[in-house]
Amino acid sequence: MGPLIPNGVITGDWDFVIALLIGIAFGFILEASGFSSSRNIAGVFYGYNFVVLRVFFTAVIVAMTGLLFFDYFGWIELDKIFILPTYLTPMIVGSIIMGFGFLLGGFCPGTSYTAIAIGKLDGIVFTIGLFLGIFLFSETFPLFKDFYYSGFLGNVTLTDVTGIPAAWFAFAFTVIALASFWFTMIIEKHIRKKITEYKF
Amino acid sequence: MKNINSNKNRPHYINPYFGGVLLGLLVILTVYITGRGLGASGAVKSAVVTTADAIVPIHAHTNPYYSKFISSDKSPMYNWLVFESLGIFFGGLLSGVIFRRVKKIRVERSPKITNKTRLTAALIGGILFGIGSQFGRGCSSGAALSGSATFSFGGVIVMLVLFGTGYAIAGLFKKLWI
Repeated sequence: MGPLIPNGVITGDWDFVIALLIGIAFGFILEASGFSSSRNIAGVFYGYNFVVLRVFFTAVIVAMTGLLFFDYFGWIELDKIFILPTYLTPMIVGSIIMGFGFLLGGFCPGTSYTAIAIGKLDGIVFTIGLFLGIFLFSETFPLFKDFYYSGFLGNVTLTDVTGIPAAWFAFAFTVIALASFWFTMIIEKHIRKKITEYKF
Repeated sequence: MKNINSNKNRPHYINPYFGGVLLGLLVILTVYITGRGLGASGAVKSAVVTTADAIVPIHAHTNPYYSKFISSDKSPMYNWLVFESLGIFFGGLLSGVIFRRVKKIRVERSPKITNKTRLTAALIGGILFGIGSQFGRGCSSGAALSGSATFSFGGVIVMLVLFGTGYAIAGLFKKLWI
């Protein structure tokens, strides 16, 4: 039956209403989890607040496992969903650049919108930066065009690349996530004792 | 400086594992309905393309990047991710109102740096995130979260390299945060 819109169960007219509602739920979860604060987010890299790791890993393992069950029960045709294409080298370089952006800015795009919503000037400035960055990228795109399209492997999944069934990846991610929840809980407790500049 | 760690002014957040379960269920629901996941940087890209097209249309149509996203019948703002991102703002506002975090315009920073330093870092951070998300085919929402959740090889690469880089360079920027 699913995905509903690609299979024509829901018509395209509802697209933007659904987009707005899904966005509201997304923004609510991000803000309520504490992602409207850059210092909460940056904490994951210094060990004083692992909220990013907890929310992110939980979401990934719930979504992975859930989608496999939806497929198993025949509720969704997984071969009809969009698989993000892999352009290996540009994606690695892009992620390194984003890593620097993350440590300097303390936000990622989605979280910066929720920071704006509650009145954070640093969130507004970060979003202006996003705009300028994408503008700069687009204007200089002809210089990077070949690199941008390099390393193309197709819209491949982990299974396509390794031959290992998706369920094994979901299981491995779950084990890694659970171990990291336990491990980071201990680190966080230890580091918080030494930090006084941050309200928990 | 006293009582800085007291619970009196402690902000109220939902349990992070509960938040994660909700977010995971939202990804499933989004994929179930639309056939693809969440996103965030795409909306700013649409805004950049729209601005370029409005100011210098000839340039926008000949630039090989802008022209990928311009169609003759509708504005690039008429896009799923633009509406979704508007939703992110309103959802954040709703949560902020409920948990009483909506206040007058302010800057959040480490006490060790000035507002000017924080805002400069935020601007540069935004610029880098904007550039990186184009090479990465998405940001933490579209590539790292939704990509990984749908078992995309590229999505997992973005997740690992993005967070891996963060840990590798965290020492350089410590003063900005603690």
